[in-house]
Amino acid sequence: MKGLKIIVLAKQVPDTRNVGKDAMKADGTVNRAVLPAIFNPEDLNALELALRVKDQIPGTSVTILTMGPGRAAEIIREGLYRGADGGILLTDRAFAGSDTLATSYALSQTIKEMGKFDLIIAGRQAIDGDTAQVGPQVAEKLGINQVTYVEEILQIEKGSIKARRRLDNGVETVKAPLPLLLTVNSSAPDCRSRNAKLLMKYKHARTVTERQDAAEDYLFLYDSRPFLNIQEMTVNEIQSVPDQLGLTGSPTKVKRIENVILQAKDAKRLTAADEGINDLMKELIDSHVIG
Amino acid sequence: MNNLFVYCEVEDGVVADVSLELLTKGRTLANELKCLLEAVVIGAGLKDIEKQVIPYGADVVHIIDDPRLAPYTTAPHASVLIKLFQEEKPQIALMGATPIGRDLGPRVSSALHSGLTADCTSLEIGDHEDKKAGKTYKNLLYQIRPAFGGNIIAWIINPDCRPQMATVREGVMRKLVINENYPSKVNHLEVAKYVSETDFAVQIIERHLEKRKINIKGASIVVSGGYGVGSKENFKLLYELADVLGAEVGASRAAVDAGYADHERQIGQTGITVRPKLYIACGISGQVQHRAGMEESAQIISINTDPDAPINSLADYVITGDISEIIPKMIKYYKQNTK
Repeated sequence: MKGLKIIVLAKQVPDTRNVGKDAMKADGTVNRAVLPAIFNPEDLNALELALRVKDQIPGTSVTILTMGPGRAAEIIREGLYRGADGGILLTDRAFAGSDTLATSYALSQTIKEMGKFDLIIAGRQAIDGDTAQVGPQVAEKLGINQVTYVEEILQIEKGSIKARRRLDNGVETVKAPLPLLLTVNSSAPDCRSRNAKLLMKYKHARTVTERQDAAEDYLFLYDSRPFLNIQEMTVNEIQSVPDQLGLTGSPTKVKRIENVILQAKDAKRLTAADEGINDLMKELIDSHVIG
Repeated sequence: MNNLFVYCEVEDGVVADVSLELLTKGRTLANELKCLLEAVVIGAGLKDIEKQVIPYGADVVHIIDDPRLAPYTTAPHASVLIKLFQEEKPQIALMGATPIGRDLGPRVSSALHSGLTADCTSLEIGDHEDKKAGKTYKNLLYQIRPAFGGNIIAWIINPDCRPQMATVREGVMRKLVINENYPSKVNHLEVAKYVSETDFAVQIIERHLEKRKINIKGASIVVSGGYGVGSKENFKLLYELADVLGAEVGASRAAVDAGYADHERQIGQTGITVRPKLYIACGISGQVQHRAGMEESAQIISINTDPDAPINSLADYVITGDISEIIPKMIKYYKQNTK
C-alpha cells in the first residue's frame, strides 16, 4: 500500500495543570509568564497514532502543523525528535487574538497550501482552553469528514480507515473514507519518547527567524542539510480574507475576565487529633447528614 | 424567527437529561428575551418523543425521524442543524457538552460562522457596549466559563454572529417540568430536504455502550480525592470511607490525570457536577474547574495537609492533616456510634 500523507495539528500550551505556589502573584492571580510551555498532551497522543501509521505503511510522511508565536517552533523540534518528518510553524501578528473559529480558518487555509493529504490527526482538545473545537472546525472548513475521540486506528485499506472511538459511556468502531480528520483522546497510547539519533539529527533544526538569532557557527549547516529548516509561514503565504483572521475574524469576544480570588468562608478548623474528628462525626450523625 | 433552539440528544428513545436541563434553562432565557423556545430532536424511532420535551416548556418541537439518523454520526445531524438554522435564524442555540454536542457544535458553528463557547457553567442575558465602535448591543447571551486552567472566569459574548452557540455539561443546570400539557407545536421535518446521501460516508460498525455503573451524580455523600491523595493505593482509604458512609467516590482532574482514579469519577467543569448533602474533599487543592463541579454541595469537609489550600475557602470544616491518619479515625468513630 502507498504511503499516506499525514498532518498532525499541534499546539504549544502553558502547563495549566500544575499551577504551583510560585505561579501565584501576591494578588491571588496567576503569573502566566512563569508557567512552562509544553506540547499539548493530547496532541502528543495524536502524533503517536500518526507515527504508528508511519511504522506500518512505508512511505508515510508525518508533518506537524502548529500556529503560535516564534517559540512554538520548540514543539516542532520535539516532534522531529520523536519521529515526525517535518513541520510548519504558522506565525504572524495577523493571527493574534484568534478564537477557535479564526484559528481553524488560518489552519485550514494553510493546509490547502500544503497540497494533497490523506489524514489530519489532532488532539481532542488543548489544556489551556479545553474547547475541543478546532479539530471539527478545521474538518468542516476543508469539507472532509471527522471522527472524534479516537484511541486506536485499527486498519487502513483501500482509501478508508477503521478506528475505535472512546466515548463517556463506551466504545464505538467506525469506518470512514479518506481524506479524514481524526481527533485523539488521552486514552490513546502515550507518545514514544525522543529517539537519540533523531535528537542528534534535528537538534539544530530552526525556523528562518530563529536562524537570524542563532550563533554563526551553525549557519553553514542549513544549505547542506535542508531537513534542518523548519518551515515558517506567515499570512502572506496563505490565501485569506483579512476579516476572517485574528481578533476581527473571531465571532466570540471576551467581554470580561475575572481573576479568581478566593474568599474564605468561616470554616471550623480542626487537626487530626481524635477529639476534633470525633466531635465532627458526632455533629454529622446528629444532624443526619450521615448515618 | 430569532428564537432560542436546544438540540436534544436521544439514546434508545430517551431524551438525555442534559437536553432537558438546557430546555429548562432555555425556557427562562426565552421568557427574558420574549422569544420562543424550540427543541430539535434528530434520530430514529422517535414516535411520541415530543411528550418528553414539551413538559419543559418547548413552544415548538422539530422532529426529524429516519432509521439512518441513529446512532449519531456527525454529518447528517450537522446537515440538519445547519439548514434548519439557516432557515430559522435562531438567536441562540444550546447543546449538551457531551461527546455528541462537542462533536456537532463546532462543525455547525464553523459552517454558519457563528461563535461557540464550550462548557459554560452559567448563561445570562445582558447588554454590551462596544466603546471603540460606538455600538450598543441589547440582550446578548453571556456565556460564562472558567478558563486558563480554572484560574480565571471569562464572560464570552458573540456580538455580531448568530446563532450565539454554547455547550453546557450535564448536571450544571437543573431540570424542571413546568407543565405536563404545555401548549406546543410539533413540526415534522422531511429528511430528504435536510440530509443527503453523502452525509452517510462514516459508518458505525460496532458499538459497546455501558450504562454508567457508578452514580456519583445521584449520591447524597461524595468522598472525593485529589492529587494530594498521593497514589492509587491511598485512594483505597477513600473507598473504605465511602463504603462505610454509603457514599460514592469522586476525583479531581489532577487525580484522574495521575491515574489514581478512573475518568468516569472526575468531578468538575470537564467532568460531573454534583450537589450532595456532604462532600468530603481529600487532598484536593480546589482549582476553579473542580469547584464548578461541587461548590453547591450542602456541606463541605476539606482534609488537606496544606492549611491554605484554596478549597478550604469553600469548606464548612477544614481538617489540617494527613488523610491516612484522619480517615481511619472517621471510620472508627462512625462504626462505633451508629446502629
